[in-house]
Amino acid sequence: MNRVRMKLRVNGEEHEVLFHSYKTLLEVLREELGLTGTKHGCELGECGACAVLVDGAPLLSCLELALECEGREVQTVEGLANGKELHPLQAAFADLGGSQCGYCTSGMLMTAKALLDREPAPTRERIKEALSGNLCRCTGYQQIWESVEAAARALREAKP
Amino acid sequence: MNAPEKPRQKTRFDTIGKPRRRVDGRAKAIGQLRFADDLVLPRMLHAKLLRSPHPHAVIESIDISRAQAHPGVQLVLTGAAFPVPYGIMPVSQDEHPLARERVRFVGDPVAAVIAADEHTANEALELIEVKYRPLATVASPEEALANPEPRIHDYGEQGNIHRNQSYEFGDVEEALAKSDHVFEDLFFYEGNTHLPMEQQASLASLEGDGKLLLSTSTQNPHYLHRQLARVLQMPAAQIRVIATPNGGGFGGKCDPGNHEFVVAKAALMLGRPVKICLTREEVFYQHRGRHPVLMKFRTGVAKDGRLTAMHLQTLLDGGAYGSHGPASTFYTGVLTPVTYELPRFKFDACRVFTNKPACGPKRGHGTPQPRFGQEVQLDKIAERLGLDPAEMHLAMVTKPDSLTASWLRVGSTGLAQCIRKVVEMSGWKARHGKLGPGRGLGIACSTYMCGAGVSIYWNKLPHSAVQLLLDRSGQVTVYCGATELGQGSDDVLSALVAEALGIDPGNIRCVTGDTGITPIDLGSYSSRVTIMMGNAALQAAARVREQLAAAVAEQLNTLPERVVFSQDRVYSAEAPGNTMSFIEAVALAEAKFGTIAAVGSYSPPKAPGKYKGAGVGPSPAYSFSACVVETEVDPHTGWVTVPKIWIAHDIGQALNPVLARGQVIGGVYMGLSEALMEEQAFRRLPPKLSSALVHRNPSMLDYKSLTSLDMPDVEVALIEDPDPNCPYGAKEVGQGPLLPVMPAVANAIHDAVGVRIDEIPITPDKVLRALEKKAKGEVPRVGPESFPAVPYPQPIFVLPPWEGGDGNEVKDREGRKAA
Repeated sequence: MNRVRMKLRVNGEEHEVLFHSYKTLLEVLREELGLTGTKHGCELGECGACAVLVDGAPLLSCLELALECEGREVQTVEGLANGKELHPLQAAFADLGGSQCGYCTSGMLMTAKALLDREPAPTRERIKEALSGNLCRCTGYQQIWESVEAAARALREAKP
Repeated sequence: MNAPEKPRQKTRFDTIGKPRRRVDGRAKAIGQLRFADDLVLPRMLHAKLLRSPHPHAVIESIDISRAQAHPGVQLVLTGAAFPVPYGIMPVSQDEHPLARERVRFVGDPVAAVIAADEHTANEALELIEVKYRPLATVASPEEALANPEPRIHDYGEQGNIHRNQSYEFGDVEEALAKSDHVFEDLFFYEGNTHLPMEQQASLASLEGDGKLLLSTSTQNPHYLHRQLARVLQMPAAQIRVIATPNGGGFGGKCDPGNHEFVVAKAALMLGRPVKICLTREEVFYQHRGRHPVLMKFRTGVAKDGRLTAMHLQTLLDGGAYGSHGPASTFYTGVLTPVTYELPRFKFDACRVFTNKPACGPKRGHGTPQPRFGQEVQLDKIAERLGLDPAEMHLAMVTKPDSLTASWLRVGSTGLAQCIRKVVEMSGWKARHGKLGPGRGLGIACSTYMCGAGVSIYWNKLPHSAVQLLLDRSGQVTVYCGATELGQGSDDVLSALVAEALGIDPGNIRCVTGDTGITPIDLGSYSSRVTIMMGNAALQAAARVREQLAAAVAEQLNTLPERVVFSQDRVYSAEAPGNTMSFIEAVALAEAKFGTIAAVGSYSPPKAPGKYKGAGVGPSPAYSFSACVVETEVDPHTGWVTVPKIWIAHDIGQALNPVLARGQVIGGVYMGLSEALMEEQAFRRLPPKLSSALVHRNPSMLDYKSLTSLDMPDVEVALIEDPDPNCPYGAKEVGQGPLLPVMPAVANAIHDAVGVRIDEIPITPDKVLRALEKKAKGEVPRVGPESFPAVPYPQPIFVLPPWEGGDGNEVKDREGRKAA
């Protein structure tokens, strides 16, 4: 079976990876780079748990071949915090119940980040819509919306 | 027995009741928490399971030679490797990790391949040749009752009946005959599944000393540990089970899974780590979810709406294996009398085997189905008698510390407060029945156990144990077998110990869910963790405090019992200026007594019922909930929109209100999703494709669940009235709040458009059908039309407490009547 060697930029760092060409971005992140913060719930593009950002846009990494990501900027949950300091979304999810079992959390965080990057002050309806491709079985979503709203406020306040 | 630690005389808490970041919140938010499939070991192999394409067949032969020869394959296992059966309950040891002679549903595992990677293992699965001789399929309870042959199992009551039982508490027919009204209603609740976001995964390996280590997504490491020892025929002390943090459980990870035995066996045979992660489709086959239940309620009522008697009959579709079925069967009735005063109660229940994935415990375990039926029937009764349903409910709630007809002790109850609160929050009085066409409000109530009073296997041992270890650094390590599912058990454990020792929860290190290190906790099920683990933790903490207080009293110039622990300090109650840090106190105690450690354990109080079967239903405490749902129904499409839900939950005491509220909303979400769309349903393939009975929707796309866009706002009220049996008064919150949602939805639909949907899920086609019936002047109802003839046995007859009973069965009922 063919293995390919490729440069992959993840969280601002360039990695040289060697992998079977059929592998998805999800598999390469988790299995080749050990970035297991990105989860899988179906590997069929149905649950959103594997969402990462590619060139700033949320993308289901279980449906994307890693081969297609050469030269693109991949961001995962591991790259969200600024050193030890949590991203406001991460802090809000941890503090306000946005994360219960934590399994959908990475996908939620990355999808929410893309939303807040585009729209710093989204309405509740916009948040619901943006996260509608990310399933969560624990929270009933409400504390996730509240976390995103709190993070949006914190981000706006941080920016002069 | 260990008396539970009574809540401290504290009037103000340092930690309890304050919103806090949960102790595992940071690790989850940065993606650092390692779930089972995130674990990797050197030389790790991967396992895949071959599953049956037949719903019911005899395995005539399995040829694994081509698979074994496939490059990269290390091992191929079949049922021959597993002669010993297992099952979560001692009375239902009817499963093998890989089927031996018979497959019983589409998806039943028959063989396993262990290979260098998943891809190779999948290739090799294709090379296994299995010869099946198909048997007649049993597709439904009706078919199971009508066809005793072929038997799916060679044990059980008779034919394809797994369990069959009847209980009668007081003469129910007599009471019904004397009632002003008798209401008879049929309900059906379709099965549904847990759908945890994390697919089950397990990694088995041998530790350096050769002992087996299984790291796995399980809710019950202790029960799994016992079953591993049994199936692998090795001493339990040679096996260590680590429950990795679960990506949701909801009951779906309570049963030991076939895959867990397979990787454990393979690791033992190969001496290498072996991992498996089920695909999402396989998770639907593992199932163990909500039983489909058909129910018949005959309820006697006085003119004022008070209940006189109830005869409840249930019929459970158990699927292909026993699983928790014997308990599930009881739970379709035993909690029914806990909410409202019910002078007499009869309960018949029957569970049958069918050729589908086995059903088991899902959040609420067996109780959401009868709660749905009961609460919808009460709404009908209120309507017929011209009563306000909220007022009717309120007038008949059970009293604190009362006994039910079935000898359950109710303990503390906040149900009346819950009802009053949701009535107030929802504007019920001004809005129920008055919202205009297409819009409505519905109310329903419920209760749940704070832990099952009896263990799954019979024993006199504690249900939970906690060990505390302190050292001079001030670090407090707490060990407990309890498992984190996401519900926050680690946070509860930290909060309770922190409060008892007066320290910051952040200074506590939790070591949980590891049978090799932690004392036993029976598992994360039946909403038992907060109360049982919590009471064990408080006992351990009290013993530690005793040692610390004895060590520091002299220096603080006070008596040991007057030493106060608060805010990381210890001080004298009389002279708070006499103080030292908690760390200094620990060092002083360590110098005086040696290493500071203590254990605590908890066993639930003995239940008052003494008849056979009285062990299911008793709990140290019950939580209560009341819920109001608002609906909008589109008369043209039958589409139901839910704009708002109000819920009040009697929690005793919220330990961390952020988590408590999250559990309530999460429960409401799951209940609403079940009410409107979730169904684990089956169909037959067309004849040209074998006619096999297959799962209709084994994917997250086809198995509908509520998305973020579908979820309404939920307004939560936590009713806090500390329960004396619970740690700092805290009752359960993980399961109870799901229960009233489904009937409240059905009742709100009736308020909106005047139709009754006596069946879950309430999908638009059913609403539309009912609206069409209404338009034609027919009975505006969709639901089951008949209840099959079930050969229920003669009931075990027990007199209620108020009829002179003593909690035992009355053997000579006729003789007694004559007397």
